[in-house]
Amino acid sequence: MSVQDTIRSQVDKNDVMLYMKGTPTFPQCGFSSVVSQILNYLQVDYESVNVLEDMEIREGIKQFSNWPTIPQLYVKGEFVGGCDIVKEMFEEGELKTYLIEKGVLAEA
Amino acid sequence: MTSRQNRIEVRLRADFNPSDLKVVDESHTHAGHAGAGDEGESHFYVEIVSEAFAGKSRVEAQRMINEALREEFDTGLHALRMKTKAA
Repeated sequence: MSVQDTIRSQVDKNDVMLYMKGTPTFPQCGFSSVVSQILNYLQVDYESVNVLEDMEIREGIKQFSNWPTIPQLYVKGEFVGGCDIVKEMFEEGELKTYLIEKGVLAEA
Repeated sequence: MTSRQNRIEVRLRADFNPSDLKVVDESHTHAGHAGAGDEGESHFYVEIVSEAFAGKSRVEAQRMINEALREEFDTGLHALRMKTKAA
């Protein structure tokens, strides 16, 4: 299985998938930390991949969505954005709506 | 002004004809962490207002910037925070 296939199956299998540096409990990059904190705050169930533990994924994820930086957030297989976009959506209240619309977060 | 900062400014002005543009080198705030590099000029913040982003989603607008700065990413630009606005 190529790394692109691996990533495709990860984002298809997990409704909310975060590619990050480090883990939600021990993030190793400020930008990754922000995104995982936002997801934690919204109490979304999500899976994460620590790209620092897998060089192939670390490079492959940049090609996967033609996006040069990490973190990257995927919902139902769809690329949502990196730290700036997720943060902006959160601050403007759009992220929660988006997650509810996608059926990955229960309406409060 | 650092050289990458200068190149980013020139490129963004040429590609997007922005009505407002701010390019900030934030590398010093990341000094010493993985990817920061010894030579600095690895972390930047861009705030740009351009009609080129009208009707574009956030992902599309940021993708346009990433594309324009591909050479910089290939040569050591590690992180780019950005805020894009259409007007």
